[in-house]
Amino acid sequence: MENLRDLYQEVILDHNKNPRNFRKIEDPDGFAHGTNPLCGDQIDIYLKIKDGIVEDVSFEGAGCAICTSSASMMTIALKGKSEADAEALFNSFHHALTEDDEYPEDVPLGKLKVLTGVKDYPVRVKCATLAWHTFDAALKKLQGNVSTE
Amino acid sequence: MTNSAQYNIKAIRNDFPILGREIFGKPLVYLDNGASTQHPVQVINAVKDLYEQNYSNVHRGVHTLSQESSELYDNARVKVRGFINAACVHEVVFTSGTTESINLVAQSYARPRLQEGDEILITHMEHHSNIVPWQMVCEQTGATLKVIPISDSGELEMDQFHAMLSEKTKLVSVVQVSNALGTVNPVKEIIDAAHAIDVPVMVDGAQAIPHMPVDVQALDADFYVFSGHKIYGPTGIGVLYGKEKLLNAMPPYQGGGDMILSVSFEKTIYNQLPYKFEAGTPNIAGVVGLGAAIDYVNSIGLSTIAAHEHGLLMYATSKLQAIDGLRIIGEAEQKAGLISFVLDAVHPHDIGTMLDGEGVAVRAGHHCAQPVMERFKVPATARASFAMYNTFQEIDVLAEAIRKTIGMFS
Repeated sequence: MENLRDLYQEVILDHNKNPRNFRKIEDPDGFAHGTNPLCGDQIDIYLKIKDGIVEDVSFEGAGCAICTSSASMMTIALKGKSEADAEALFNSFHHALTEDDEYPEDVPLGKLKVLTGVKDYPVRVKCATLAWHTFDAALKKLQGNVSTE
Repeated sequence: MTNSAQYNIKAIRNDFPILGREIFGKPLVYLDNGASTQHPVQVINAVKDLYEQNYSNVHRGVHTLSQESSELYDNARVKVRGFINAACVHEVVFTSGTTESINLVAQSYARPRLQEGDEILITHMEHHSNIVPWQMVCEQTGATLKVIPISDSGELEMDQFHAMLSEKTKLVSVVQVSNALGTVNPVKEIIDAAHAIDVPVMVDGAQAIPHMPVDVQALDADFYVFSGHKIYGPTGIGVLYGKEKLLNAMPPYQGGGDMILSVSFEKTIYNQLPYKFEAGTPNIAGVVGLGAAIDYVNSIGLSTIAAHEHGLLMYATSKLQAIDGLRIIGEAEQKAGLISFVLDAVHPHDIGTMLDGEGVAVRAGHHCAQPVMERFKVPATARASFAMYNTFQEIDVLAEAIRKTIGMFS
């Protein structure tokens, strides 16, 4: 079980136990509901955008430790970012979890890096990316592009 | 506990090559038998021998290999007949699995008979494969799907069943053993009540067939369905048992080769049972493997296997109940084969990954039974499901791995 410490690092376990920004935003500017039909994980993402900046982002839902901690850490990472920077971070994070080559260093992952251990557990990658895909859907809806995912 | 003199667990385990595997340097503890069981060397060899010695298409050629393959194929049907005590061999139809068997009954038996206002009765603990085909046929015909509720312990509300059964009911389709809860349902009582008002009953035996002797005539089931891969056989092979009278009155499910007697562009005459329902070249190796699996199970005896597994279930239940923060989902008085559980501190997917790290394979998720998850207000459960080759010591490994998991997450 010790070999799983790389996956379940203390930071991840902490965010799982005490998820940050785990709440509903009343009158959000953006909202999306994400599910992983394979495992039943469900997540709601709420967005407040002001002048193109992510003023507030929060989540609710039920998922595993990877899903919950990834959502929690995502809300912290996104707050204060411009829409364009948020999208760039999503792409960088997604790249780091799904592609074999190094992710582009021009968008550093910072604390999100602890989640890249998931890459070694292919069936769990979707757990880590669910919140991000849902955020992306909420943003795109707001921008007028309905996701066809 | 089962006496080792009566139950030679070591010999049985030696028959299953995969049980010698290590996962992350730890001996494999395979407790995902409800999803699919492993294969004894007798089944592996039967398939291998077929391909190396006898293989050709069946019911076609006059040459030796085709005759040998046909004989092996037909013999397997005879074995299935005996195994479930069907009245005749042609009441056994080979399908790709439980799912296809249910779809066949839904489309070929139910659909032509259903009208608006008619009702199909299922239970709240069905696998999706015994829900969706009925929803589809209801959509096609205007009939209504009715669901027998279940109690907090995971048992059918039989009073409700008797109240819901009416002249509107055209078919009852019920799972014998729940794949998500382990509940053994009183199918005989259900069949008797339904037959009292001439309503036929289909039994989903996917999770029952590896754990208990089944006698379709004693049950008086109208249809009984199961899969080969849950009883130590190959995937892609399953059985539809149906009473001859009912099967004869049903149109073919699919058209193609083997299901016809003669074809012209003016008129096609369908073949007799069971070939009418077996269009196209069948899963020959799957059928032969299933036959070998039945031989293997018979060589040990289903009653003997059931006794061993009951011992495992009792032992595991007491071991898991003793773990703080663990809740067993499904506490019916009659259970078979499996324990579903949740932990206060750990999501089932994390349990699955953590236990895998200890070599323990369990299923985590909704078990294709989302209505059951909703009923018990859990997003998912972890499930340990047992087979004839599991040991009491493996239950100890499971319990210890769960304790370690809780330790790491709290």
